[in-house]
Amino acid sequence: MLDASEGYTTEDGRKIGGVVMEMKNITLRFGGVVAIKDISFDIREGEIRAIIGPNGAGKSSMLNVISGFYIPSEGEVWFHGSKRPQMRPYEVARQGIARTFQNIALFEGMSVLDNVMTGRLTNMKSGLISQALWKGKAEAEEVANREIAEKIIDFLEIQHIRKTPVARLPYGLKKRVELARALAAEPKLLLLDEPMAGMNVEEKEDMSRFILDVNDEFGTTIALIEHDMGVVMDLSDRVVVMDYGKKIGDGTPDEVRNNQDVIDAYLGVAHD
Amino acid sequence: MSDQFLFATEVFINGLMAGVLYALVALGFVLIYKASGIFNYAQGVMALFAAMTLVGIMEGQVPFSHIINAIFGTEVHHFGWHVPALLAILLTVGVMVVFAWLVQRVVMRHLVGQEPIILFMATIGLAYFLEGFSDLMWGSEIKTLDIGLPQGGSFLIEDMTAGLGSDNFYGFFIDNLDIVATGIAVLLVMALVAFSQYTKQGRAMRAVADDHQAALSVGISLNFIWVMVWSVAGFVALVAGIVWGTKSGVQFSLSLIALKALPVLMLGGFTSIPGAIVGGLIIGVGEKLFEFAIGPMVGGATENWFAYVLALLFLVFRPQGLFGDKIIERV
Repeated sequence: MLDASEGYTTEDGRKIGGVVMEMKNITLRFGGVVAIKDISFDIREGEIRAIIGPNGAGKSSMLNVISGFYIPSEGEVWFHGSKRPQMRPYEVARQGIARTFQNIALFEGMSVLDNVMTGRLTNMKSGLISQALWKGKAEAEEVANREIAEKIIDFLEIQHIRKTPVARLPYGLKKRVELARALAAEPKLLLLDEPMAGMNVEEKEDMSRFILDVNDEFGTTIALIEHDMGVVMDLSDRVVVMDYGKKIGDGTPDEVRNNQDVIDAYLGVAHD
Repeated sequence: MSDQFLFATEVFINGLMAGVLYALVALGFVLIYKASGIFNYAQGVMALFAAMTLVGIMEGQVPFSHIINAIFGTEVHHFGWHVPALLAILLTVGVMVVFAWLVQRVVMRHLVGQEPIILFMATIGLAYFLEGFSDLMWGSEIKTLDIGLPQGGSFLIEDMTAGLGSDNFYGFFIDNLDIVATGIAVLLVMALVAFSQYTKQGRAMRAVADDHQAALSVGISLNFIWVMVWSVAGFVALVAGIVWGTKSGVQFSLSLIALKALPVLMLGGFTSIPGAIVGGLIIGVGEKLFEFAIGPMVGGATENWFAYVLALLFLVFRPQGLFGDKIIERV
């Protein structure tokens, strides 16, 4: 087991820091159904951490626990070295945890730029009246926020659709806009719920590249869910494997690939 | 200039003024609809409640005096003081904010994620409750509201324009109150547009209207936004209540002005603040000119139905209204 205080160095030579988020013995029940059973793992600064598993393994539930959409029945969530009290999703977002959704949750009626700007909402501090009048502090703040938004739009190569209403965009671009909005908050931890779901091979390659670039360029800590094994193994530094709500593996992609429980879960096991 | 043309111009101007008043009511609807997708049936009653509260506070009425007197056998009706108009307006704004908070706390919070029709039904219930509640709180007798807005025809305009026509033309008759109301409406709209387009809270409001989950994920508190929206709608209701209450007295029929806002909304679009204004003006001018030109031929009283027929035509040919959001659907 890795020490909590110090990091490790990845195969490609990136330095991974200390623990950003730690899940301790998380259990989540919906009535009689146990979605997550006593799972613990940590996410370290600067790493790309994947949560994988077959359908219905409880991956999305886990992500929803991290982002505050679900409240765990048991267990503790530790963020930056302190136990997180029970929080609503918007309070979690204000702590610096941004996320995307499996089924895309964008503001369909707004332009791409406006969508990305909503990601900056929690960073705006100036008063109501000065904002409405566009004077003083508010103006400078809006300009600064706009710069960050534009930088991210450039980075994700969606300049050409900046002013397009999101509802008009194809699926793959919507996914990218959602990523842009999450990034705009300059999150300490970025959660991606199946960023590659429903994409063709080319789009998947683009998205993988963006995820790696984001991690590389901004040093963003990323936790992602995916059930496409191939993609995950290439992207991530460490992988948690879930099956039927339990953790059956945790480690580098190579370790996980050779784990017998993981192979059984994915390929099936003969019952005799 | 011929007298006939001048009369038509006068009718046109008065139509614009009436349109502004319709727009004032329609604005309240648009605000809540934009931010929560709810068509707030109670908007008209909120205007009535706000106006009654304002009168009640100004005249130092004891709230719920009928109940108090019935239970304790007392005879209290007034505190015996008069509150200055400005202070009373501020206090009424406070009351409307508390009301907004209660609506969110008691009603809307429990209906998150429900179908729009359910939310609409809830506002119908809210309307009836508030109607009874205002009667209980302030009594049901007709009251006059006078916060010092000028009333009566403007002699200045009448004198200035009298020379335009022949001896039969006495100049434009335009009510001072309408002029003031126009000024108030313009200010209100400018403030609302600035608020919803340029402020953080305005952007958050539009975000909440669009997608609840996404709004939560970027750190927006739904509860806060909804209380804010209902407060702003309460404030707009107060402004409408003041203007209409000054014009025609504070009484039950004030809540029916909401009906006049419906065609305005269908014309302008339910989601557009400028649309509410333009829609109001078109309805105001349209019904006055129609009455002036066609009315005498069909025995008059066209103002009662003209707006609704116009709205019906719009529903057939342009259901999203003039400025409403286009319904974009990818196939």
